[in-house]
Amino acid sequence: MKILTCPLNGPRPVSEFFYWGEVRPMPNPNLASDDEWADYVFNRNGAPGVKKEWWCHTPSNTWFIAERDTEKDVVLKTYFYQGEE
Amino acid sequence: MPWRLLRFALNKKHPEPRMFTFHEKLKPSYDVVIIGAGGHGLAAAYYLAKEHGVTNVCVLEKGYIGGGNTGRNTTIIRSNYLTPEGVQFYDESVKLWQDLSTDFDLNLFYANRGHFTLAHTDSALRTMRWRAEVNKHYGVNSEVVGPEVVKEAAPMIDLSCAGHAPILGALYHAPGSVARHDAVAWGYGRGADQRGVEIHQQTEVLGIDVQAGKVKGVKTSRGYISTGKVLCAVAGSTPRILKMVDVKTPIYIHPLQAMVSEPIKPWLDPILVSGSLHVYISQSARGELVMGASLDPYELHGTRSTLDFVEGLSTHMLEMFPFLSGVKVMRQWAGMADMTPDFAPVMGKTPVEGFYLDSGWGTWGFKATPVCGKTMAHTLVNDTPHPLITGFSMDRFRNYALTGEKGAASVGH
Repeated sequence: MKILTCPLNGPRPVSEFFYWGEVRPMPNPNLASDDEWADYVFNRNGAPGVKKEWWCHTPSNTWFIAERDTEKDVVLKTYFYQGEE
Repeated sequence: MPWRLLRFALNKKHPEPRMFTFHEKLKPSYDVVIIGAGGHGLAAAYYLAKEHGVTNVCVLEKGYIGGGNTGRNTTIIRSNYLTPEGVQFYDESVKLWQDLSTDFDLNLFYANRGHFTLAHTDSALRTMRWRAEVNKHYGVNSEVVGPEVVKEAAPMIDLSCAGHAPILGALYHAPGSVARHDAVAWGYGRGADQRGVEIHQQTEVLGIDVQAGKVKGVKTSRGYISTGKVLCAVAGSTPRILKMVDVKTPIYIHPLQAMVSEPIKPWLDPILVSGSLHVYISQSARGELVMGASLDPYELHGTRSTLDFVEGLSTHMLEMFPFLSGVKVMRQWAGMADMTPDFAPVMGKTPVEGFYLDSGWGTWGFKATPVCGKTMAHTLVNDTPHPLITGFSMDRFRNYALTGEKGAASVGH
């Protein structure tokens, strides 16, 4: 079983976690054009690589960021969200 | 026997007929380059040559013929989808399937079994009714049946599903079938090969040469090819190719796993699917149970399989068929599914002139192999999308006009 390290609860089985996709900055909805908004809503960076992703430890409802290599399925680090960089 | 083999090994001309011609070198240019020698790519090559007379075509394959999702699916063919676009498209595919063995002169083991989608809740039954009515409207044979019909078709089933998910009814789709998936790729490949198409295995695409918004050529691990038209039919590798041409799409990759049991006596004729229990099952001609569940929960560009999957799927299998508790699992594997937000494919032209996509085939691509080949060949030759695929264009996202196909496999609704 794959183990993921929750920044609050430590190493836990991956079945306790929920994946919520890559961290993507939201454009300002009042200023974005229809095309920019559609790009944000639908388009994804689908190619493999090291990505920052939202994960949630569901029993404790702890949301955090994992940096993961999506080709090798190796988690490089996990930490709490620190605001937009 | 060994002497006979040795004679062939020493004879460079190989008098023994081969399924595919081996080409020493790539030509410097082709009219069409197809990336991906799976079912979809080879079908497009086949129909380009057979129906449009375009034979200066090269099919590039990083691995081997049919080694991707063509050889990793659970071989189910059906057309009981929910949207009008989906129903018409897949129905055309089912019609093509029925003549393929004759067309190829190759036995695809196409077996018409009948297909049940089980409903365990009132809301699921309501969706089944909806699908049945849309299907009937388009002349597709689907109907809602009661649990007794399911029991008659699969007498070993526990209709209560261990007491907690009783079967209330099912959507029965009589044309539901299975076929031998490898043979489909081989049949299309051989047909294309005989008509002059070149298939190059072990040839990886490293880049696509785009100048002023137009495709000029393809860089491969065996050299450069110039061409004006490229068809990308690479399923789970689609985002990698799209990165080369800088085209953005909503496609994301999750693995889909499957497994087979050891061969046992024939006891299951129809194909059974349960969305609530995340199980689909059929019995192959060899007696193996071919089983699948649902998409893996997170993005991954690999084909590793997991014990979690076998445990989860087996648990639900035993709720439906408790007598299988002594049967061994023989093999498990995974494929990379190229998913879209509306469970419909992304097909046709792209913002790059001469670059065509046949993608977004997620968990539902095998059954569409013939019709994809046919419609993509038409699209490549005429440079306008075939009428059956206009609903699947990539513009639909920008226009907020999604297709919303809720009849797809292995995804919750």
